Formats: sequence, C-alpha cells, structure tokens
Amino acid sequence: MRLVRIIERLLAAIPVVVGVLIIVFFFMRLLPGDPVEIMLGDSAASKMEMESLRSELHLDKPLYQQLWLFVSGVVQGDLGNSLDKRRPVAALLAETLPPTIELTLAIFLVAILIALPVGVFTSLRPGSWIDRVTMTGALLGISMPNFWFGLILILFFSVQLGWFPTSGQMDATLDLIRITGFMTIDAVLAGNWEALKNVLLHLFLPATTLGVAFAALMARVIRSSMLETMRMEYVVAARAKGVSEPMVVIRHALRNALIPVVTVAGLEVGMLLGGNMIVETIFSWPGLGRLVVSSIFARDYVVVQCAVMLYALIYVAANLAVDLIYTFLNPKIEL
Amino acid sequence: MAHVTEALTLHAYLTARSLLGVWQELRKNPSAVLAALVVGVYILIAISGPVIAPYPPSETALVDRLQEPGAEHWLGTDGLGRDILSRCIYGARVSILIGFLSVTLCVFFGVSLGLIAGYYRGRLDSILSRMSEVLMAFPYLISAIAMMAFLGPGFFNLIWALALRGWVEFFRLARGDTLAQQTREYVDAARSLGQPGWQIMLSEILPNILPSIIVLATLRVGFMIVLEASLSFLGVGIPPSIPAWGSMISEGRGLLFTAWWVSTLPGLILMALVLATNLLGEGLREVLDPRLKVQT
Repeated sequence: MRLVRIIERLLAAIPVVVGVLIIVFFFMRLLPGDPVEIMLGDSAASKMEMESLRSELHLDKPLYQQLWLFVSGVVQGDLGNSLDKRRPVAALLAETLPPTIELTLAIFLVAILIALPVGVFTSLRPGSWIDRVTMTGALLGISMPNFWFGLILILFFSVQLGWFPTSGQMDATLDLIRITGFMTIDAVLAGNWEALKNVLLHLFLPATTLGVAFAALMARVIRSSMLETMRMEYVVAARAKGVSEPMVVIRHALRNALIPVVTVAGLEVGMLLGGNMIVETIFSWPGLGRLVVSSIFARDYVVVQCAVMLYALIYVAANLAVDLIYTFLNPKIEL
Repeated sequence: MAHVTEALTLHAYLTARSLLGVWQELRKNPSAVLAALVVGVYILIAISGPVIAPYPPSETALVDRLQEPGAEHWLGTDGLGRDILSRCIYGARVSILIGFLSVTLCVFFGVSLGLIAGYYRGRLDSILSRMSEVLMAFPYLISAIAMMAFLGPGFFNLIWALALRGWVEFFRLARGDTLAQQTREYVDAARSLGQPGWQIMLSEILPNILPSIIVLATLRVGFMIVLEASLSFLGVGIPPSIPAWGSMISEGRGLLFTAWWVSTLPGLILMALVLATNLLGEGLREVLDPRLKVQT
C-alpha cells in the first residue's frame, strides 16, 4: 500500500513541475518591454545583432512553438547559451550547483547542531528563565536579516580576530583537482588535508550566517513538538516502567517529536534557497545564487530564467523527499 | 430585510467588542505591548521624518566623511559624509511603506480570491488552487529577485514584486477557513434569509476568518521589510537615489574594515523593527489564533 501512495505522490508532483516550466516560460515574455532590447541594453546594438538574438531565443516564432521548443530543450538539457559568458547555460548551472549544495548541507549541519540540544533542553524546562531567554534569542535570530548578520560575523571573526577568510571556497594558492565539484569531498579524495582545512575554514562563516537563523527557527519547532510528545501516554508509561529520564527523552519522546520537525524543515527549504543567494553574494561563494545576482547585473536573462527554474525544481524535489521520508518515519500517515 | 440589518449591526457590535477584547488580552503580555509601542514609535518617526531629521538625507559633505558616531552626527557619517541618522529616518519611511503597502495588496487579493474560491468552489477554485501550488514552488526571495531583474529597481515595482508571490499564502489561508466556515449553521441561516453570496462572504464569513488573517498579516509586515532590505542590499530593490536600510548596509560593506558603523547601525535599526512586528504578531497569535502555523 505504501508503494501505491509513494507513486501517487510522485505523480502529483508532475502538474506542479509543468506549472513551474510554464510560469518560467511566460515570465520573460509577459513582462513589459522587449527582452531583446533589454538584454542588449545600452550598447548600440545593430539591427542584425538584435534579429540574430531574437531568432536564437526563438522569439520570432509563434508562442505555442516557442513553448514547445522551451520544454523540449529543458527535457533534453539544452537551456540555450549565456550571452554574457558565451557558454551553455546547462554547463554554468552544473558548475555552480555543487558549491550551493555543499553550502546548504553545511548550513543544515550547523542548524541541527544548535537547534537539537537547544530545542530539547528548553522543552524540558518550559517557562523557566533559561527557556524564556533562549526563545527570545530564537525570535531575535528569526528577525535578524541574514545579510546583516553575515557582515557582523565578518566584522567580528575576520576583521577583529582574523580567524576566518571572507571570500571564496579555498585560497587561490592551493591546488585541488575537481572530481565531484564538492570541495570537501575532493580534498578528502585527494588526501590533501591542508586543502581540507582551508576549505572548512572558508565554509565556516557562510554556513554560520544562515545556520544560526535556521537553527532559531528549528529550535522553536523542536521545542513545541517536544512539549507535545512529552505529554503523551507512552512517555508517561515509559517513565512508570522505570526507564531513566535521558532514555525517556531520547528514545521515546525525541524520536516521535522529530516527525513534525521534518515537515517544517521541508517547508523552510525555500528560506534556505533564498538565503543562500544572499550569503553567496556576501562571501563571494561561486554558487547558483551568486550566478543569478551577477547575471542580473550583466542582463543575462537566459541564465536568470533557467536558474530560477532550477531553484523551483529543487524546492519541489525537496518537498517530495520530505513527504517520502515522512511516510517512512510514520507509516500510519497517509500522504 | 429589517432583521438582516439588525443582525448586521449586532455583528458589527460584536466585532468591535471583540477588538476591544483582543486589546485587553494583549495587554496581559508585556512583550507584545512593548512591541506595539516600538512599532508605533517607528511609524511616528517615519511620518515626521522631514521634521525631525537633523540633516537632509542626501546632502554630501566630503570633509565630514566617515565620522564616528558622536555629538555632531549621532550615528556617524558614511563614505560621502551623509548623516546616517537622517538617512535611517528616511529609510524608515521606505521600509514601513513597503511593508504595509505590499501586505495590504497581498491581503486584498489573497483574501478576496480565497473567499470567492472557498465559497463558490468549482472550476475557478481548482484553477486558483493549482496556480497557488505552482507559485509556492518559487521561494520568496527568488521570485522577487527574478521579478525585479526584469522590472528594474523602483519603489512600486518592488511592491508589486513582493505582492505577486505574497498573496498566495493569504489565499490559501482564506480559502481553507472559508471552506470550513461554509458548513456552519450561521451561513445556512444567512442563505435561507436570501442574502446574496457577496453579502454572506463579506458580512458573515469574513469576520469569522479575520483573526487568523490579522495574525498572518502582522507577521508578514516584518517579513516583507526584511525582503525589501535584502533586495536593496543586492542592488535590485529601491533605487540608490532613495535612502533605504538595505542599500545603506550594502554601501557600508566595503568600509567594514575602516568604519564599522556605516553597515551595522542601519542593520540594528532594521532588526529592532522586524523583531517588534514579530513579537506583536506572536502576541496576537496567542490571543486570536493559537493553532495558526506560519511559514517563514
């Protein structure tokens, strides 16, 4: 039965993906102004140049034909060419995706390492002063603009203490062969420990910038979910049976309390993806977000369009994954 | 018809009384009261900006550039010698206007479409629901940045870019609540009295779904302000000619090593306002709708 549900859930994602493609397609075509004129910008482009760009983007064909060319291009992995960088967009995306994924995973790790102990601990002493101080701190973390916090971290850890580098993934003096595109993995594969240390140092500030904000959010969710589970009968039963308190908290309560946390984490992937864009800009991280921002200023709209599409598809995929994890965590749940 | 009007007046009375009740409940929560006060002060400062700002916000004085916070310039000056306090005061006008206007647009479109979709159901409902699902796949900042990339920096462009994605949440909330209220007896009663659909939606259902909408709207004001600042920080929000907190923080980025105050102080001012709206929203949630879950 579970398999049927999983297939149903997979099928339900298809219309959303189709919708994303359609929105991204119409995006450039419905907004005011001629995209070709905007892209070629102030440079006195000749009529020939404009016509050749127009036909390269298929803007001279009827709309239904454009849509078909766009969708079939996406399916085949042919996303057109970047005007600014003179390279296929698909290659640019493939190049910038690993750094973004690596950073996102690091953010997740930082967030979990902070949120899990804080959330559990405060839930065990609800209403105490430490609970109130921590939860106010969490609200502060949620209200804090990411870009500002990033600058504060730079000011403190780099300007004052000089502990961490502020830009890029690794010092230019070091050399590392790209195998997977994930710097940490590549460094381990090469057995280059100096590079690994350098990569981790570069990763620290960007991951902390967003990790703290995400931790603030997750700590609140974990706390309220724990508060609910701690009142459940099976927790009372475990206690009555003489199970030690740490065991009650970890084995009986926390495992069940994490189920709703997974859902919220999935919904917040959007916040992570958006925040990534900011963090990558501040720390000159060569990922997808920085590609989008630099492409906007280069008026390289084909890249912007495709990257936005990729972001939306990642979001859909992440939520799908969360739903599937959810069924495994809690087999009683119907999707 | 007479008793319908009578019922309406009774309803208005009950709503007003409950608003008073909300305030009385809220008063028991000191942090929410403080938050409301802070938001009020920011609004006052924004309104009286031109009167209270000590210097014109765009007046450059290169002799006075990069002065530390002190008696002359309370929050210091930036790289062009502009007074940071004055620019922050003018920045409050931008942030607060953007926050309120974009949320107002979101509430207007989201709630009216949600009411209609939830009340009439049918094809319109399924089209709007599918559309909202697809729009949800575009994270806030990413859809706004993409819109701004094409529209170009500008005050009203920004408001539309924020609202275009923001109405979805209000739509989903209003639609869901309307569906639930639909089945209640008082809606049946209004129908059997022969009230037209629009009147049932506006005077029967809307007051009942309003509490959760107010909570979401309050929390969203702070969110939109951060979003505006993020876009201005990236250089695609408010044009550089208008002082805005986000672009002020961005301008100070290169000066971080020499003049810490240029970036950090506008950020603190921004954070205090956002924290206050969030605290107020949380306070309202406890009073009005403890079950509502809001995505950030």
